[in-house]
Amino acid sequence: MSSETNKNRTIRFKIKRQDAPDSPSYWDEFDAPCPPGANVISCLLWIAANPTTTTGRQATPVAWDCNCLEEVCGACTMVINGRARQSCSALIDELQKEDPVVTLEPMSKFPVVRDLVVDRSRIFNALTKVKAWVPVDGMHAMGPGPTETPQQQETRYALSRCMSCGCCLEACPQYLIDNEFIGAHAISQARYFNAHATGASLAGNRLDALEGPGGITDCGNAQNCVKVCPKEIPLTESIADIGRQTTVHAIEKFFTGK
Amino acid sequence: MAKNQPRIIVVGGGLAGLAASVRIAEAGLPVDLFSMVPVKRSHSVCAQGGINACNEVARQQGYSEWLHMDETLYGGDFLNHQPPVYEMTHWAPKIIDLMDRMGVPFNRTSEGQRDLRMFGGSLFKRTHFAGATTGQQLLYALDEQTRRYETQGKINKYEFWEFLWPVIDPDTERCVGIVAQDMRSMQVRSFRADAVVMATGGCGVVFGKSTMSVICTGGAASRCYQAGAWLGNPEFVQVHPTAIPGEDKCRLMSESARGEGGRVWVPAVKKDGKWHPHPDAGKHPNQIPQSERWYILEEKYPKYGNLVPRDIATREIFFICQQGFGVGGGRMVYLDVSHLPEQTKHKLDGILEIYEKFTGDNPRQVPMKIFPAVHYSMGGLYTVYTPKPDGKGMVHGDPNNMMTNVTGLYAFGEVNYQYHGATRLGANALLNCIFDGLYCGLGVANYVRDHIKGTRAVDLPPTAFDKAQQQEENKIKRLIESDGQSNPYELHQRLGDEMTDSCTVVREESRMRQAYDVLRELKAQYKNVRLSDTGMWTNQNLSFTRALGDMLIYAEALLAASILRKESRGSHYRPDYPERDDAKFHKTTIAKYDAANDQPILEYEPVPSPLVEPRARTYGKVETGEANATDQQKQPAAAR
Ligand SMILES: Cc1cc2nc3c(=O)[nH]c(=O)nc-3n(C[C@H](O)[C@H](O)[C@H](O)COP(=O)(O)OP(=O)(O)OC[C@H]3O[C@@H](n4cnc5c(N)ncnc54)[C@H](O)[C@@H]3O)c2cc1C
Ligand code: SF4
Ligand code: SF4
Ligand code: FES
Repeated sequence: MSSETNKNRTIRFKIKRQDAPDSPSYWDEFDAPCPPGANVISCLLWIAANPTTTTGRQATPVAWDCNCLEEVCGACTMVINGRARQSCSALIDELQKEDPVVTLEPMSKFPVVRDLVVDRSRIFNALTKVKAWVPVDGMHAMGPGPTETPQQQETRYALSRCMSCGCCLEACPQYLIDNEFIGAHAISQARYFNAHATGASLAGNRLDALEGPGGITDCGNAQNCVKVCPKEIPLTESIADIGRQTTVHAIEKFFTGK
Repeated sequence: MAKNQPRIIVVGGGLAGLAASVRIAEAGLPVDLFSMVPVKRSHSVCAQGGINACNEVARQQGYSEWLHMDETLYGGDFLNHQPPVYEMTHWAPKIIDLMDRMGVPFNRTSEGQRDLRMFGGSLFKRTHFAGATTGQQLLYALDEQTRRYETQGKINKYEFWEFLWPVIDPDTERCVGIVAQDMRSMQVRSFRADAVVMATGGCGVVFGKSTMSVICTGGAASRCYQAGAWLGNPEFVQVHPTAIPGEDKCRLMSESARGEGGRVWVPAVKKDGKWHPHPDAGKHPNQIPQSERWYILEEKYPKYGNLVPRDIATREIFFICQQGFGVGGGRMVYLDVSHLPEQTKHKLDGILEIYEKFTGDNPRQVPMKIFPAVHYSMGGLYTVYTPKPDGKGMVHGDPNNMMTNVTGLYAFGEVNYQYHGATRLGANALLNCIFDGLYCGLGVANYVRDHIKGTRAVDLPPTAFDKAQQQEENKIKRLIESDGQSNPYELHQRLGDEMTDSCTVVREESRMRQAYDVLRELKAQYKNVRLSDTGMWTNQNLSFTRALGDMLIYAEALLAASILRKESRGSHYRPDYPERDDAKFHKTTIAKYDAANDQPILEYEPVPSPLVEPRARTYGKVETGEANATDQQKQPAAAR
């Protein structure tokens, strides 16, 4: 495509819509101008201002979630051309290499609220289940935290960047809209907190939570999760590591009777 | 829980709101926490570079909490109140320790100590960081503690709820709750509380595109202003020197890039001791030899180099482009980290990834192209505090600290006008957010426990609550039923363009007056705004359009204050009044909303200097081989 046509190009968006949680879904198509550097969100913004479908119908603006627009808040995840990813960092130029039409759907593993907005409270609830926090004594000044080596910091930093976006869950064959599986992100967060000197004091509780139904044994090791994580979190490493920790924990419990 | 146990509402779950929530919950009072987005997705996650605090290494080189305060005041061109800055900088080391205990993965030295980096406006290494995603890491740590308190029933979250209005008891004139709307079911409800903490962040979206997140409209602050809370210094808005202009947003390239050794330069040739625009300024940067790179900041500010405060770097970059030195003659300069060692680049991964993702170029090999963009609001809700008699700090736990002029209504974090004066130094905002929450949160608890005279909010008659709720329901009804022709997104675009062109890097009186007229016109058109969605389920169109009305009102105060401040100070640069004028304007601007006439009333309040006398703010600028400019073109200020 020459840069001249590129400047004035119009791209077709095929968007799966749903007016409310228990309404049927339907598709709308829109044509939006896409200047160079445009991403899915900048096009959705244009569509919100001009919600006329390709058949000339005045539609309601499409609903979607977003906030940071730079792939750190995790809000804007949707299924774009069949793959879950952030719509703020999905550049139209890149998508054009996949398909001339851009297809947008809500994530399928979470209940739809409206259009591309889904209810992801299950992601956050999972963090509560694995007690994803360091149990500090309180908010007072009581000196520094434990020191750690740069290598330990590197390992933890890689895990700490999980933005609860849900891509790993959308891709996981074991994570279903109506089952109990806790998901790769939470398993990885358990590893993150178990790796902290103070956080480790709750390691037993975390492993208990991951041993039961919906826990780590539900993972079929399909490794889809790690391939789609936008923050390149080493999810399969975390799953393997927590797998080992739960085994040791189970043996300890067996022998100590605790 | 006892029926009339006092409750506290915190609006906003960024760093300031979360820090306040955990502190207040820990003091034993239950918190209702409201946020438009799940708190973990608040704008604070965007912060990249780091958080300042005096530390042992810097101390042994002569740094101190006092110097941290002095830098903050010098950076702020002495418009900041000194006792709160004193207190904040003295608490800073404790705040870092606490965040460290919560497990924030701060970068480490080989010995396992917390690593430090350089940042703007300081000659000492005093910025603590976690890669280039420090805000994300700090916010997550507080999000985790909030979740922990939530499981203990001490904090109750209302996510996807939008704050609409503060409820003020007409008899005692104190804030006794809020009206809010569920952004899914669109239900409007009032909530009672004995104190309300606003922690709703900045207002960059008033300028259309900025480095801020999409919900940073300033809508919540504007609503408080309309309800009778005052604004402090609304004209002070920071334009950050280094952002990547984009279709939907300007993405920040953090000051940490320069803190780690990144250099700003433009293509140029030196003839007869003067720099001239490069004849082939569009040439690939890697093919431009060192002798044809003008490191503008290093040459003009030998002492601070690339780490001068943001307003100064922004103006230099802006003017150099106006003089025709920009990359390819356009509105961009180079920010170069390609020469840095791999190990150093690794510490910047978080931002370099953003650059690569959104531009397609690899900044590890090719200099980045950047331009200034609106970034931070120094101004916000006006607040008070109780100073210690000698001015060295505030009285700890005092209920006054960071209370607005409305009793019981507090402002924490970026929405609070305190601490940064006329320019904020890099890595001081995260500090101010956490400090407000943790230090001033105690004052809120004390206020509610010991200082409320009269009836508790739970026991008040429903009148004031019902009235405020009715007012908001009417507003919604008006918007839904309006059959006008104005498109809210187009109005917003015009607002943003007008504000960016008239009231960012350069503020000329005639241009601002023109903008003021446009603003009045936009306000008139807003009365005829038409929603494209009139349903009552997850109606984002309604929420945006309502916020647009509030942005217009906020923008008017911002513009009016910019026009009336006839001096240059920090980020506020007036070519018609290029000098700082302490006699007339060493004062806080207070904007009060005149509801009857729908316009701001501006007043001025002197800023006391109990600790440090204001001095000239030069950052050691030297005049060097000045530019030989091509003709100055009129260009819009800041990326848009
Ligand atoms: C790109 C970028 C990088 C930055 N980097 C740094 C840095 O390195 N160091 C530094 O010190 N500072 C940095 N800053 C500044 C700093 O990030 C912000 O000042 C700070 O995060 C603001 O935090 P806050 O808690 O005040 O508000 P925010 O984090 O903006 O949170 C606002 C909260 O209020 C809620 N809210 C808003 N309106 C409503 C409403 N009407 N109803 C209900 N809830 C509402 C939101 O949902 C959100 O939870 C950076 C800023 C940007 C833009
Ligand atoms: S490894 Fe496979 S089954 Fe396990 S969490 Fe990842 S995607 Fe799901
Ligand atoms: S692990 Fe990755 S994909 Fe999964 S929620 Fe976290 S950031 Fe998203
Ligand atoms: S909007 Fe935050 S990740 Fe896309």
